[in-house]
Amino acid sequence: MSPTSNVDHGPYDGLDATDPAHWAFGTGFADPLDGIDPHVPDGVDRVALAALCLRLGDEALLLSHRLSEWCSRAPDLETDVALANVALDLLGQARLLLARAAVVEPGVVPELPAGSPVPAEDALAFFRDPPAWTGSRTAALANGDFGHTVVRLFLASTVRLVVLQRLTGHPDPVLAAVAAKGVKELTYHRDWSGRWVVTLARGTRESRRRTTAALGQLAPAWAELLDRDPAVRDDVEAVLDQLLDASDLERPDEGGELPDDLPDLLAEMQSVARAHPQGRW
Amino acid sequence: MTGPLYEVFVRAKRGLNHVHVGSLHAADDAMALRNARDVYTRRNEGVSIWVVRADAITASSPDEKEPLFDPAGDKVYRHPTFYEVGDVPHL
Amino acid sequence: MDDLERQFEETVARHDRIEPRDWMPEGYRRTLVRQIAQHAHSEVIGMQPEGAWITRAPSLRRKQVLLAKVQDEAGHGLYLYSAAETLGVTRDELEARLMSGAQKYSSIFNYPTPSYADVGTIGWLVDGAAICNQVPLCRTSYGPYGRAMVRICKEESFHQRQGFELLMTMMRGTDEQRAMVQESVDRFWKPALMMFGPPDAESPNTARSMAWGIKRHTNDELRARFVEMTAPQAEALGVTLPGNDVDWDELKRVVSGDGPCNAERLAHRQQAHDDGAWVREAASR
Ligand SMILES: [Fe+2]
Ligand SMILES: [Fe+2]
Repeated sequence: MSPTSNVDHGPYDGLDATDPAHWAFGTGFADPLDGIDPHVPDGVDRVALAALCLRLGDEALLLSHRLSEWCSRAPDLETDVALANVALDLLGQARLLLARAAVVEPGVVPELPAGSPVPAEDALAFFRDPPAWTGSRTAALANGDFGHTVVRLFLASTVRLVVLQRLTGHPDPVLAAVAAKGVKELTYHRDWSGRWVVTLARGTRESRRRTTAALGQLAPAWAELLDRDPAVRDDVEAVLDQLLDASDLERPDEGGELPDDLPDLLAEMQSVARAHPQGRW
Repeated sequence: MTGPLYEVFVRAKRGLNHVHVGSLHAADDAMALRNARDVYTRRNEGVSIWVVRADAITASSPDEKEPLFDPAGDKVYRHPTFYEVGDVPHL
Repeated sequence: MDDLERQFEETVARHDRIEPRDWMPEGYRRTLVRQIAQHAHSEVIGMQPEGAWITRAPSLRRKQVLLAKVQDEAGHGLYLYSAAETLGVTRDELEARLMSGAQKYSSIFNYPTPSYADVGTIGWLVDGAAICNQVPLCRTSYGPYGRAMVRICKEESFHQRQGFELLMTMMRGTDEQRAMVQESVDRFWKPALMMFGPPDAESPNTARSMAWGIKRHTNDELRARFVEMTAPQAEALGVTLPGNDVDWDELKRVVSGDGPCNAERLAHRQQAHDDGAWVREAASR
């Protein structure tokens, strides 16, 4: 314990020499791709690669944002910490992917006034208008109750896990590495949310009612996620069936449409950054 | 609270014993392990965690005399601080 | 004084720790439960003023740092409730006492956070003051409380660092940002000084708590240490600290429930508690 009585040895001593391992989630560095070779291998379609990184990054950022809204509002402290962990994992993936998209194809980054100190990942996150975003409506969907949150997280994690598993062999080594890291994280997210769905479905009458309702409301989300990534359908359908089986729940009808909550989400998320386009943070 | 009280033990790195770090509540053993990972090992990977229901622990008395105050009512043995080896590990 | 009480007094006098199953005077236990619980409540209520900015953090890195920081506070609350539970109370009971107003939390969290600079100021001044208060508690006489504090203090130093770093970065930004930092420091300085509690002359319980080894320094000692530590940091930052004259009636008003955000903070907590009831019930079966 460093004594705080002596100003020469206060908690600021380590300010320039932080150990990134002890900074929560490696936040001790500014550039998420710091130290990584930016080279894109020959033969890789840069435009397609950037679009893929952006799409995966947007999805992670939007879902992370919604999960982070639970902070200080979860059913108990254990769950508050767990939801923040999932949100932080996804935010970490988003930073890497947005930064990679900008390196691969600088044209995707919105133009900012000359001399702007805003890094590319933040230009993409905070200065891009809704039509340019490529995440799902499912990810941007406003939060419902805790049952809605764990059902959505389970559906989104199930699809994303298979998508990332297949990208671990991608010719772009950076994307492949991000995918490999993501697979570990997503395996945990799917497991954690799946256990909660089962617990709630098998809990009380009230929790079962709410879980069934969430599943029904999110039926179009499942349809949307599979439309976006049709190649993973068989793999993920099997997982969903397993969960429904363990929860003793029926598969809901896939009708209905999802509202577009992206504009509201972005209006809030981008408000401070846009109020200070020349700001340093 | 959500489920029973669990005691959490963490091995900070290879070569060290598991050390009692605190407690938490969880719906079942599997969730207790996951909660312990999220709450007590947020900053490091590669640790080993034990969770055990507090009411499953049998503890000795601190001395011959019976304590006048039972610290946890019906769950007398919930906080096994005797398992401690040296300092709380740097997590 | 009987044998048990003598044994207890001797243990405390030689700076050894009291552990959960040891005999302890009822007054010691009650004082501890109250202090640890109020500390836990402060961590949990303290999530709100900064947590409000998570969805609007102006860079992805800041969003990450802020979320991780507020998450730490939830963890601190949990470690402390866990320490309190070794004294024969449940977390449910303590949360009920928070929401009924029977137990308090730190007055500082009843002030509003209208600007993003407040995230930095809270890290620098509020977590900084908390560190001054809490480092001595790592040696407090009750074992579980002291061990929880060791872990908490390690994490708090990162909190203070991220806050200072945010303010430093903003001071290198635009004129508008520099003004935001100064305005925020102007608002938080005196409330931060109040975090150490009333002046020693008006703090009737200090002597008993110090004899029991629950407290290690008086309010005024800790406050003076904080002021001494902070002055050169303010200079390095390029901000001016307002004077150190504190309106103690304001502290009384805020602690007794009449601060700018008391009602809002408790309502937020109550709402989360109520909204989560069906989940806790389902998981407890
Ligand atoms: Fe804290
Ligand atoms: Fe803190």
